[in-house]
Amino acid sequence: METMFGIAVDGVAYGMILFIISVGLSVTLGLMRVVNLAHGAFAMVGGYVASYAAQSAGLPYAAALVAAVALTVLATLPLERLLYRRIYGSANELAQVLLTIGLTFVIVAGINYLFGPTLKRIPLPDLLTGTVALGPKAIPTHRAFVIGAGAATLLGLWWLLERTDFGIRLRAAVDDPAMAAALGIRTERLYLATFALGTGLAALGGVLGAELLPLEPYYAIRYIVLFLAVVAVGGAGSIFGSAAAALALGIIDTAGKYLIPNFGEFFFYAALILILFRWPHGFFKGRTA
Amino acid sequence: MTRTLRNALLGAAFGLALAAGPAGAATIKVGVVAPFSGPFGVVGKSFKEAIELYQAEHGKTVGNDTVEFVYKDLDQANPAQSKALSQELIVKERVSVLAGYFFTPDALAVAPLIDEANIPCVIFNAATSAITEKSPRYVRTSFTLWQNTVPLAEYMAKQGIKKAISAVSDYGPGIDGEAAFKATFEKHGGTVVDTIRMPLKSADFAPFMQRIKDSGAEAVYAFLPAGPATLAFAKAFNDTGLRAAGIKFFGPGDLTQEPDLPALGDAALGITTTFNYSRAHDSAMNKAFVAKHKEMFGSYDTVTFTSVGAYDGTHVIYQMIKNAGGRIDGAKAVESVKGMSWESPRGPLTIDPDSRHVTQTIYLRTVEKVDGKLENVEKEAFPKQPDYGYKLAK
Repeated sequence: METMFGIAVDGVAYGMILFIISVGLSVTLGLMRVVNLAHGAFAMVGGYVASYAAQSAGLPYAAALVAAVALTVLATLPLERLLYRRIYGSANELAQVLLTIGLTFVIVAGINYLFGPTLKRIPLPDLLTGTVALGPKAIPTHRAFVIGAGAATLLGLWWLLERTDFGIRLRAAVDDPAMAAALGIRTERLYLATFALGTGLAALGGVLGAELLPLEPYYAIRYIVLFLAVVAVGGAGSIFGSAAAALALGIIDTAGKYLIPNFGEFFFYAALILILFRWPHGFFKGRTA
Repeated sequence: MTRTLRNALLGAAFGLALAAGPAGAATIKVGVVAPFSGPFGVVGKSFKEAIELYQAEHGKTVGNDTVEFVYKDLDQANPAQSKALSQELIVKERVSVLAGYFFTPDALAVAPLIDEANIPCVIFNAATSAITEKSPRYVRTSFTLWQNTVPLAEYMAKQGIKKAISAVSDYGPGIDGEAAFKATFEKHGGTVVDTIRMPLKSADFAPFMQRIKDSGAEAVYAFLPAGPATLAFAKAFNDTGLRAAGIKFFGPGDLTQEPDLPALGDAALGITTTFNYSRAHDSAMNKAFVAKHKEMFGSYDTVTFTSVGAYDGTHVIYQMIKNAGGRIDGAKAVESVKGMSWESPRGPLTIDPDSRHVTQTIYLRTVEKVDGKLENVEKEAFPKQPDYGYKLAK
């Protein structure tokens, strides 16, 4: 019983981390229909900015987090203007893949040149080190913090997309850009804002997830399959779907590794296959945001 | 037609002349295959720096011959590519010696080539015991998992540890480490309560930590490839309270290699490892080695086990050229360095005539802060450790 509880707690913690680093991709891929393979690269840029701000500039963790998100968004906005704007729309999928994977290589090489190939860390404040006890099970404080941040992000996004004017306009613009524009919605601005939201979430995930997925220049390529798996299982564009997918995959992976470690990643990918077999468009395709 | 024929004949004659080589001054080329770009680029960098350092100290000539190093980039474990690059070095560059090789599969892939071309291959790193069994022309100046693990397991048993658990990455070297640990630790009266093989691509180590905790072991023997996996494992070990619970953490020294220590941070403090080289090794020769490195390249941050592997490998290559007096014959060159002994920055070395692997001192080290910098501080030395895994491991 204690073991089951332990697996559940670790699984939820891992799932929430998966959620927070993948949800940005769910926004760009699902809401904007852009296959953004550079998502991992944006997350990495966020992580490196935070690492630099905390270690070399001496900022506290919270300030480094805010700086990372803000600077990553600022740095990627010109990319939206110059590059991404040209490849919107589901007719451009191949162009999207080629452009974003190319962008990823450029960012990987740039980070390697600027920061070197060794691992970088984001030092945690004392408040987030150590463990918190949950009944018989202790989990790292940092993970508890990530679970909280993940839940807050989930609710915030739901509110933004379902309950605000912005959300309604955005969904209209995605469903039928021509009609939305004819009704006076400024779709260009809307897309810019949504792109900023996606990269901001990517940077947030890169910083918060750095304890689990350590920062190094190949981060951008190493973990992209993980992010895509979560979004595919959750159903592109569904925030709750992403959360459900991340939690399910996190719990299955944790249980598999604990009970039969020699099977390795088997359970993760087996679950992926079975879920996509049953729900080819993911858990929540075409329902709520 | 005749012109073409004449050109071809001339070309062939010229080629033969090149192959035979003039008896006097010549250039002897050494081909180095290693990762110079990509995630393991820092390894190639340390190889190259060590070779340049050796040449700065000992000159670029042996007798009348100039020694020239030719580098080929192999950015990840890829046996087919390793073979192609090595073949290119032999056929196009006409190298007399092959060297480098960071990953085991890459080193194994060239066995048929070096036998056919009859040239020696000096391995600077690849650490699976079985490699040198595959060809008599391999010589290795690094270490093996068995070589590091046997003294460690003996030490753990002597510390009074009765129950231990092994947690290794599920690939060649990890399985070597697990086998060496289990055999040695049980021979000395300990019990290995569980052996966990972790997938290479694991991101989350919490489930393995829970398993280690539940196993009731007093100590864990861990081996993972250096880099992100090690960092995440060490962090998980601390964060999930295993360290606080008093479980001791042991492993081969790859875990705490010098370039990764700053990233590991205080999570690394107290990890006890055995290894063939620590940058903090206390000897005049090592101090001079590190100082010279800093003078030539501006910092000694990249000095680690791959540096001495390449430095001593270069020494062996120089010795081969000296013994051969010019033209290198693969089998004879290897024969000529068997039993050779010398003093290296890491301590005394001897090439074992059977395994053609260096017999060396293995050090027990603990990660500590020295002048604000994390270093592997040596606590004990186990002299003359051979490769225990030769003709034993799979």
